[in-house]
Amino acid sequence: MLSRRNFLKGCLAGSGAAVAALAPAPASARGNLTNPPGGLGLLYDATLCVGCQACVAACKEANHNPAEFKTADHLWDTPLDTTGHTFNVIKVYTNGTGETKDAETNGFSFMKTSCMHCADASCVSACPVSAMRKDPVTGIVTYNPDACFGCRYCVAACAFGIPKYQYDSPTGRIGKCELCHDRHKDGHYSACAEVCPTGATLFGRTVDLLAEAKRRLALKPGETTRIPRGRLPYSDADAEKASTWRKEPDQSYEAQVGKYLQHVYGETEYGGTQVLKLSAVDFEKVGMPALPPKSSASTSETIQHTLYQGMIMPIAVLGAMTWAARRNVRKDDDESKGGES
Amino acid sequence: MSAHLPTAPVGGKLINNTTVVCGVLIALMLAVLAARFILGLGAVTNLNDGYAWGLWVVVDVLIGSALACGGFSVAMMVYIFNRGEYHPLVRPALLTSLFGYTLAGVGVMFDLGRYWNFWHILWPGYWNLNSALFETALCISIYILVMWIEFSPVFMEKWGLNVAKKKLGKVLFFFIALGTVLPMMHQSSIGTLLVLMGGQVNPLWQTPIVPLLYLLSAVLMGYGVVLFESCLASAAYRREIETNMLGPMAKVMLGMLGVYLVVRVGDLTVRGAWGNAFSFGLVAIFFWIEMILFCLPFALVGTVDARRNPARLFLGGTAIMLAGSLLRLNGYLIGYDTGPGWHYFPSIPELFVTFGMTAVAVLGFIVVTRLFPVLPREEASAN
Repeated sequence: MLSRRNFLKGCLAGSGAAVAALAPAPASARGNLTNPPGGLGLLYDATLCVGCQACVAACKEANHNPAEFKTADHLWDTPLDTTGHTFNVIKVYTNGTGETKDAETNGFSFMKTSCMHCADASCVSACPVSAMRKDPVTGIVTYNPDACFGCRYCVAACAFGIPKYQYDSPTGRIGKCELCHDRHKDGHYSACAEVCPTGATLFGRTVDLLAEAKRRLALKPGETTRIPRGRLPYSDADAEKASTWRKEPDQSYEAQVGKYLQHVYGETEYGGTQVLKLSAVDFEKVGMPALPPKSSASTSETIQHTLYQGMIMPIAVLGAMTWAARRNVRKDDDESKGGES
Repeated sequence: MSAHLPTAPVGGKLINNTTVVCGVLIALMLAVLAARFILGLGAVTNLNDGYAWGLWVVVDVLIGSALACGGFSVAMMVYIFNRGEYHPLVRPALLTSLFGYTLAGVGVMFDLGRYWNFWHILWPGYWNLNSALFETALCISIYILVMWIEFSPVFMEKWGLNVAKKKLGKVLFFFIALGTVLPMMHQSSIGTLLVLMGGQVNPLWQTPIVPLLYLLSAVLMGYGVVLFESCLASAAYRREIETNMLGPMAKVMLGMLGVYLVVRVGDLTVRGAWGNAFSFGLVAIFFWIEMILFCLPFALVGTVDARRNPARLFLGGTAIMLAGSLLRLNGYLIGYDTGPGWHYFPSIPELFVTFGMTAVAVLGFIVVTRLFPVLPREEASAN
């Protein structure tokens, strides 16, 4: 039998090995994933939004979602937040007298709440059964209810609080915006952008939307500029010609430049998102969380892949344990046989 | 009956006050579950999209499985570090682990929103190797199977399947080894699950070394449960308490606890997270309760004399169980904040299910120890 000293040594060696095994090695650190070059998204400009909620209604229709009555008079669809049955809402920020639009004090502002389609989405990293996926071409984060087993880790993980579960159903699904990807084959794009009367919600490639957002930020507040509506054409004419989007007349119009904060929300947050936002009121105040440029998924996956790369570490530990157990179990049997006589 | 190991059934009546209470609690649980499966999760739980994981996941599965680490902790000691003198603790510890994990596995089914797809976790076409929850779920599934294999000699002894037992005995060492590696893997991954939640988890519990904290605390909780369960079983069955084994084991536990506390305090210091511990509110209070519980065993069983005292061993074990449980509860619920407007406290029916699951474990332990050779043989049994 081992002496106490040897036993304690063994314990220490064991904990040492465990510590070494669990300390994340920077060598295999994974950075943020990036959006595919043709990634699709939305640009929401709070200064253009008039809060008509046409996008909320269009989203309901496009996704065949039922009306939700969240206010006292059950007259029409009044969702106060996204739910398993509501994938898009326009929220209102008010302060003081709430007189001036886009003013932080004594003013009000709108903010769209829907999936950001992250470059490095937490929900995609979370899902154990690959029900949440990021499309390699469009970058749209899609949900497959036939794969999903309803663990709701995506709900718990998402920093934007976007995937929502249908608690009211015995066969509930996760509900979230998928940029109306099943309408794309007919040349239709996201319903919210299609119906937006002011161009506050604009559909397009994220690269183009980012350029458009930066163009607006560079303008002087109060001057007039052309604001596109519906879908922002691709910046390169060839790609635009080759695209299969429904042909629409030019819907752009002259509008006043808002008093933007010099911040394109979604450009760097959590490694970037395909949905971008502009606002005149502080983003945290209108409900968009302040997030670091490093995604949680990159940290989580760095830890996991450091521990499980090629299953080398678990197999090595298993080998050591098997060796030790084999030696000690046999000895154990011999001892008990001896004791039996 | 062959007796390679000095274990024997306790015997005695199966129907008594304890088992009847367990039966009632189980019936209540079944009623709640019927409603859950017919009407949906919202009908019986207070779960919401701000708190998608509530009592059933956090307590029944995450904490439940850690409390079921007794088998793992004792097997490590006996078979890996070759401390044969603790052998009599193996079977009862393994039995509580077996129930704890099997119930955690069953408990997941109650909570899964689309439970009929549960088999996807076993089907490679659906696997997401990047997901910490994938690792956790698959690993727990395999471990439950491995534990039943590890425990099966008990049934084989009872039913006289000596050939089968001998055959299994030749390869059992491999399952014992698997039975130590698998919990290391998934107990650490249960901690890693928090990482993805990012800033929603208070910095007191959000750290890149969280897998190490969860692994160390799971081993500690394993020892805690063995202390708790051995003292309780001895008291309930009026048997002698194995203080000669439990005392030294408590010392091993204290050594590991020292390592845990150094890592925990060091991590909080390096990350500069202490400010959160001194902010006013529920989160800070729960943090301090957790830390005090982790330190309590030093006061309770710090000396050799104290470790000969069954009451102190029992309390020391209980403190560690609660401490580790609170580490998990704090990370996943108390220190988890998804923004204004979201609240969660378990509903009465949710509590009924957790009570019912505990009752199944207690009832199972009683039935199996009375009928099967699990606990150390006692010459002059009080029964």
